[in-house]
Amino acid sequence: MSAVAVDGVWKYYGDFPALRNIQLETAPGSCLALIGRNGAGKTTLLRILAGFSRPGKGQVRIMGNSPRQAETRRVMGFIGHGIAVYDELSALENLTLYAKLYGLPNPRQSALDWLEQTGLERVRDGLVREFSRGMRQRLAVARAFLHDPSVLLLDEPFTALDDRAIAVLQRLLRDGLAKGKTIVMSTHQLREALELASHVALLNRGQVAFHGPCTPEMVADPGLVYARYGEG
Amino acid sequence: MRFVRQVLVVTAKDLRAEIRTKEAINASAAFALVILLLFSFAFDLDPDTNREIASGLLWLVFAFAGTLLLNRSFARELPNDCLDALIAAPVPGAALFLGKSLANYILLLAIELLSLVVFGIFYNVRWTVQFGELMLVLALGTWALTIMGTIFSALTVNIRLREVMLPILIYPFLVPALMSAIQLTLGLMAGNPIGPETASWLPMLVGFNVIYTAVSLVLIEHVLVG
Repeated sequence: MSAVAVDGVWKYYGDFPALRNIQLETAPGSCLALIGRNGAGKTTLLRILAGFSRPGKGQVRIMGNSPRQAETRRVMGFIGHGIAVYDELSALENLTLYAKLYGLPNPRQSALDWLEQTGLERVRDGLVREFSRGMRQRLAVARAFLHDPSVLLLDEPFTALDDRAIAVLQRLLRDGLAKGKTIVMSTHQLREALELASHVALLNRGQVAFHGPCTPEMVADPGLVYARYGEG
Repeated sequence: MRFVRQVLVVTAKDLRAEIRTKEAINASAAFALVILLLFSFAFDLDPDTNREIASGLLWLVFAFAGTLLLNRSFARELPNDCLDALIAAPVPGAALFLGKSLANYILLLAIELLSLVVFGIFYNVRWTVQFGELMLVLALGTWALTIMGTIFSALTVNIRLREVMLPILIYPFLVPALMSAIQLTLGLMAGNPIGPETASWLPMLVGFNVIYTAVSLVLIEHVLVG
């Protein structure tokens, strides 16, 4: 069974086809780097995978189930463009809130553990609105990993991260892959992404222009996929 | 049991956030009090006329102040894309909706009770004579405002002019509920209990609440996931 399966997905915004007959499969434990120019449809596809948006045609399966099923959402983690934590709550309150929503057995302890893992334990009672950008990003990473998801959907996860947050995220992603988690990430930062990726998919104007294993050639020259299969 | 817990978690989160920022409650309470004060100074009415206009004035103030509060319900989730994280969590849309509705209900009731006190002082109306029945009507009418406001807040959350759209959309739907609440409150403000003349408005208000709560619970998943 594929961890993530996209079968003939179309998505229209008005008359504009943002996604055109997308066909992708990702095996459990693999890491798919979704690359493409701005407007290629990466975010739209990830939002459909995460269940935030319905495809116009076709279907999506996460671990064999619909993304909107509660069992699927319990095993899925998402990092989008926003940090998805509340400015008016403290770091601990934010993580405890999500731990409760995910039905974790000991929400407060889970929150404390993740604050420690992301180096935020000393500011646990500080309101998020008082945090620096880097601290907010690390909290966002903790929020996404809090419930130990087996499928991670990451929309440009390295964008705007500071060095420390990048290091935290890379460590967590490597650990996750070692434990058999599946990762689908869209990115413009090819070098960071291809170092982790087992597979690459290039989206071009809403279509899959290339989908295949990530080769040492691609890691050595991250622009290679664009040069071969993109519009140049 | 898990569903109830999820509802309460969302309610507690919304109340905590609102109590910390006081964004919606300050605007809504200030609006309600200013309108009540301005009307009391604008018209020098005798006590009988006061009682006659009292219920209509009160419910219009509640409806207008309510939209200010309810507009923030889902808009609060927009900064940092928190709505995505809520939708991604394994929480049914119905639990999310009821949690938010409950928080809105508590906040709106608080504003209404404050308005009633001010109203009693400035309009010289003894609204406490039929206190129990008035609270029942207030509870039912407020739920009607809350449920409509919350579902339309979800519906308009991604619209640029949502502050304008919400009142335009909900007031036509609210007409039956507001009419019922106004008619019931009219008698109660005059010191009369709900009797044969006004009793038929009560089932209408209850029916409105039951129907629109059920419809909202069914539709919320489609509203949240575009």
